[in-house]
Amino acid sequence: MARDTLTGSRIRERRQVVGFRQADLARKVGISASYLNLIEHNRRRIGGKLLVNIASALSVEPSALTEGAEAALISALREAAATDGAAIAETDRADELAGRFPGWAELLAQLFRRVNSLERTVETLSDRLTHDPNLAASLHEVLSTAAAIRSTAAILAEPGELAAEWRDRFHRNLHQDAERLAESSKSLVAYLDDTDAGEDRTGVPVEQVETFVAARGHHFAELERGEAVANVPLSELRSGAARDIARKWLDIYASDAQAMPLDRFVDALDRTGLEPMALCHEFGVDLVAVFRRLASLPEGTLPHEVGLVVCDASGSILFRKAIAGFALPRHGESCPLWPLFTALGRPLVPIRRRVWQLGRNTAEFDCLAVAWPQEMPDFNADPVYRSIMLILPVPTAERGETVPLPVGSSCRVCPSKECAARREPSVLSEGF
Amino acid sequence: MGRRVLLIEDEPNIAEAIRFLLTRDGWHVETHADGADAVEKIAGASADLIILDVMLPGKSGMDILRELRDRDDTRDLPVLMLTARGQSRDRDMAEKAGVSRFMTKPFSNAEVLTAVRDLHAQASQT
Repeated sequence: MARDTLTGSRIRERRQVVGFRQADLARKVGISASYLNLIEHNRRRIGGKLLVNIASALSVEPSALTEGAEAALISALREAAATDGAAIAETDRADELAGRFPGWAELLAQLFRRVNSLERTVETLSDRLTHDPNLAASLHEVLSTAAAIRSTAAILAEPGELAAEWRDRFHRNLHQDAERLAESSKSLVAYLDDTDAGEDRTGVPVEQVETFVAARGHHFAELERGEAVANVPLSELRSGAARDIARKWLDIYASDAQAMPLDRFVDALDRTGLEPMALCHEFGVDLVAVFRRLASLPEGTLPHEVGLVVCDASGSILFRKAIAGFALPRHGESCPLWPLFTALGRPLVPIRRRVWQLGRNTAEFDCLAVAWPQEMPDFNADPVYRSIMLILPVPTAERGETVPLPVGSSCRVCPSKECAARREPSVLSEGF
Repeated sequence: MGRRVLLIEDEPNIAEAIRFLLTRDGWHVETHADGADAVEKIAGASADLIILDVMLPGKSGMDILRELRDRDDTRDLPVLMLTARGQSRDRDMAEKAGVSRFMTKPFSNAEVLTAVRDLHAQASQT
């Protein structure tokens, strides 16, 4: 289904939110209720002055009706169907579900994310049982001692006489093993207590940090004022790993804020516009720092939101700041055509690509990416790179100026039929 | 000389209990606690059956088993493997390496006796 064919559904949804009857809205914009009904059921295309009038009557921007904000939501729904319910879910109507019942759709998407997170937890715990050498050694000790006790005790419990020499020996062994079992059991409990202390293992640490940072609007006023990172409360982060990741993230934030003080940075933006290279020269910092700074500005500083993605050399996503219309799937499942990954193949070379994500959303984005060595390069040491990508929405008026690079979100929900980068088949037989 | 079993187990009290059980059952039991030279020990022992622990100092029971299956003189020797790791992947690994029987700790004495008798009976028929 083409993007703008859902405009009617959004109008209907918005009208119901503000409490207008169809007749009320039709009268306000000077059309008949029956014609509005056709529009709302996506059976009449709408644009131009009528769209502007309806948007005005509903107190929203026209783009909110034509583009919606549910692209990521639809992507999540399709991902959920692809994973768990392709055989029963009407995947070709995911957009309709998101448009007409956004609350239910969001709930479904959240549950899907929750299931994924729990599955990751199960994998982590399973992996731990298999690969944690300390746990394996402790369990082996307990089970081996239990085996010795069981075998020895069974011999002693057998009816009939046992030679005194053997009986004494087995009594001694039993005592030794009982002591050993007590010690090894205590050690095992202590180990588990120590590693589990205060941690809720549900949720992936990187995602916990993303949620934590997003809840603060990606902006930390105390660090902007020069306060110590230790002053930022991290108690809501459930795991030690998440708190560790967050502290490192905040250290970098504080460093960026010191190098590019907020008032000066906003002044520079006013003068130069959103030109990352000009900002690099102005503050004597690299592009990576400027990208991070742009993604941490207080809401309303820029005329539009910006997205940010950071990955390591394996392609694993380390941080995501979401932006409406550009679906950022879960870790490790992203489209390899993103400039983020292209940059990894050309370290230190800034890359700028105008892209659009295949699917129902026709919004365009300027993606600015660069890969940089994580540590200071050294002789005879291979540098380990990370890559960062800033995602800037292209204003509607500028769309179509250049041919955007089509990219996906993840293969499972990407409709592209001919793609050299495809990892696995798509569940979609045709475009949205 | 009667039936001979070589027990490769580094836990002395487990080794002692098994030795007692099998000796009482008419077996001649020899024990060895080190994995590093276990293959040579087995090759020179003329045992009818091997009981092999998985986690041994020097060399793992799994590696020892693979080496035994690569040698002409030990390829068909019955091997009962004991392990505290009962996960299916360990069992699969042992079966691929050619184990005759796989038993997880803590086992019962009756299980050990039955397994040893069965393996010996099967080997005697071939």
